[in-house]
Amino acid sequence: MIRIDSVTKRYPDGTVAVDRLSLEIPDRSITVLVGPSGCGKTTTLRMINRMVEPTEGRILLDGEDVQRRPVTALRRGMGYVIQNAGLFQHRTIADNIATVPRMLGWGKQRARERAAELMERVGLDASLAKRYPYQLSGGQQQRVGVARALAADPPVLLMDEPFSAVDPVVRKGLQDELLRIQDELGKTIVFVTHDIDEAIKLGTMVAVLREGGRLAQYAPPAELLSDPADAFVEDFLGADRGIRRLSFFASDALELTTDPVVPADAPAERLTAAGAPYLLVTDADGRPLGWRERGSTGGTERLLPYGRPFRPGTDSLRAALDCAVLSPTGWAVAVDADGRVTGVVSQQTIGEAIRSAHTAAGAHSAPARGEDEKVAG
Amino acid sequence: MNGFFDIPSDLQHSWAGLIGVHLREALLPVAAGLLLALPLALLCNRFRWLYPPVLGVTTVLYAVPSLAFFVVLIDWTGQTELTVMIPLALYSLVVLVPAIADGVRSVPDETLSAATAMGFGTVRRYLQVQLPIAAPAVIAGLRVATASSISLVSVGALIGNQGALGNLMAAAQKYDRPELAANAVLTTAVLAVVCDAALVALRRVLTPWMPRSGRKRTAAPREELLTKGAAR
Ligand SMILES: Nc1ncnc2c1ncn2[C@@H]1O[C@H](COP(=O)(O)OP(=O)(O)O)[C@@H](O)[C@H]1O
Ligand SMILES: [Mg+2]
Repeated sequence: MIRIDSVTKRYPDGTVAVDRLSLEIPDRSITVLVGPSGCGKTTTLRMINRMVEPTEGRILLDGEDVQRRPVTALRRGMGYVIQNAGLFQHRTIADNIATVPRMLGWGKQRARERAAELMERVGLDASLAKRYPYQLSGGQQQRVGVARALAADPPVLLMDEPFSAVDPVVRKGLQDELLRIQDELGKTIVFVTHDIDEAIKLGTMVAVLREGGRLAQYAPPAELLSDPADAFVEDFLGADRGIRRLSFFASDALELTTDPVVPADAPAERLTAAGAPYLLVTDADGRPLGWRERGSTGGTERLLPYGRPFRPGTDSLRAALDCAVLSPTGWAVAVDADGRVTGVVSQQTIGEAIRSAHTAAGAHSAPARGEDEKVAG
Repeated sequence: MNGFFDIPSDLQHSWAGLIGVHLREALLPVAAGLLLALPLALLCNRFRWLYPPVLGVTTVLYAVPSLAFFVVLIDWTGQTELTVMIPLALYSLVVLVPAIADGVRSVPDETLSAATAMGFGTVRRYLQVQLPIAAPAVIAGLRVATASSISLVSVGALIGNQGALGNLMAAAQKYDRPELAANAVLTTAVLAVVCDAALVALRRVLTPWMPRSGRKRTAAPREELLTKGAAR
C-alpha cells in the first residue's frame, strides 16, 4: 500500500504545490487524483517515485519510506505513463516497450517476446512492432506508453493525465481498455486527471484536490456524487451530478412489463388490443422492431423507432432513464444479452425506482462513510 | 588543360596524394572538435550559466585569423600539419557546441521525464536518449564544420606547403600555371560536396526514425549556422 503522510511540497520559488496532504492508496485498485490545473496533482504523483522530493512529510510504500529506497530500483518497480506518451522517438515500438526489461538485464529474445505479449494485451497489432513512434496515431502511442509501463510487471502504475491529449472517442476506448487490463492484472494505479468524468469512471477511490494542493474530499465516486463535502467539490462535479449518480444504481430491480410487447405476426386483434397507448412490435426471434400507436394498423415500416434498449443487470439506472427519455413513447425497452426483448418500462416506473434507490443508498451511506473515515484517519 | 594534373615536384605529392593530405588536415580537426564539443555541450546543459560564456569564447576563437594562430603556434609545433589543424579544430567549436547543446536541449520534456521515471541515470540518459535524438542536429553542425574546414585548409600554404590543395595555388603563381589554381578550386569544391553527401547519407542511416517533415525541420538550424559561417 502507498501511504501519503501529511506531505507538503514547497518549490524553491515559494510555490506551495501540495499542502499537508494525507492519502491512503489501497492496493490493486485505481485511485484517482482529480482537480483543476495547477492544484498539485503532478507534484503529488512525482513524489511517489521521487522525481520530486517532499519538503515535509513522508510517503510510505508497503510501510517503508520511499526516501530510504534506492531511487533507480524504486522507479523500475513503478510504471509511469504521461500525456503524449513520451515515447523514445528514435526507437521502434518493440524497443520502446522493452526499455525497462532490457535495463534489468533481460536477454534480447525474452524482452522481444515480452514486448509482443504486451502489445497484444494493450490492443496493438503485432505488425506495429518494427514501426517508429511518428508512424503511430496519438491513441496508439498512448497504448505503447501503457505497454512500456507494464513491461517489467511493476506492482504500481503512476499515470499522469495519460488520455488527455487524445480525442473523446479514442479516450473512451483507452479508458475501457485500462479497466479491462486492470481487471486482469490488478495493479495499484494512481491516476491523475483534471476530468471529473474520467475520475468517476475509472476511480475506485477519488481524491479531489483544490488550488494550493489541499485535499477537498477523498471518497468512492458514488459517495462523491451523493455527498460532496463542500461547495468546491459540488461545483467541480458539475450541474448534472444527480443524473450521473444514477450510473451507480443497478437497473435489474426495475419492474418490467411484457403486456404491450407483441410479435409482428400476432393476430390482428392482439395488435390493437391491450391497455397501453403503444405496443412494442418484435420480430419472430423476439428482437424489437419498433413502437406502434394503439389503433393504427399496417406493416412494420410504419413503426416508431424504439431508440437504444438497455440491459437490466449490466446497464445502470442512468442507461435505463436515458432510454426512456430518448424513446418517442417515453418507455424504455429492456433486452437480454442476445438483444431479445425482456419487457418495457415507463419513465414513471424508472422515476419510482430512482427514488427508492436514493432512499436505500441514504440508509446505507452513513455507516459506509464511517468506515472510510476510519481508514483515512 | 595540358598539365592540369601535372603537379610540380616541389609539392612532394601527386594529385591524389594532395587530396589525401587535404582530407586529413580538414577532417581530423572536425573529429577533434566533435570530441571536445560533446562534453562541453553536456556541461553547458548541466550548468545553464556556462552556455553564454562558452559560446562567447568559441566565437572569439573563431574571430582570430588563422595567421595569428600560426604565428603563436609555430614556436611549439613548427611548420607542420598540426599547426594548421589546431586552429581548424578550434574554429569547428563555434558550430558544433551550439549544434549539440541545442539539439540535446530540444529533446521533449516528456521524453526526458519518461526516461527519468524508468530509472535512467544522467549519463545513460545523455548517451542513450538525448544524443541519439540530437543526432540530426549534430550532423547538421558537422556538415557546416566540415565544409568550412575543407575550404580553410588552404591557408596552410602560408606556412610552407602545409595547405594541401592550397599549395597548388601558390604553385600556380610561382610557375605561372593558372590551370593549377583551377585544379585547386575545383578539387576542393568537389571534396566539399562529396563529404557533405557522405554526411547526409550518414544521417539517413542513423535516423530511420525521422518523419519526412522532420527532415526538413533540421534544415533550419543549419541555415542559421551557414550564415554564421559565411561571415568569415
Ligand atoms: N519545478 C517547479 N518549480 C516551481 N513551481 C512549480 C514547479 N512545478 C510545478 N510548480 C507549481 O506548482 C503548482 C502545482 O503544479 P502541478 O503539480 O504541476 O499541478 P497539476 O499537475 O495539478 O496541474 C503549480 O502552481 C505550478 O506552477
Ligand atoms: Mg499536471
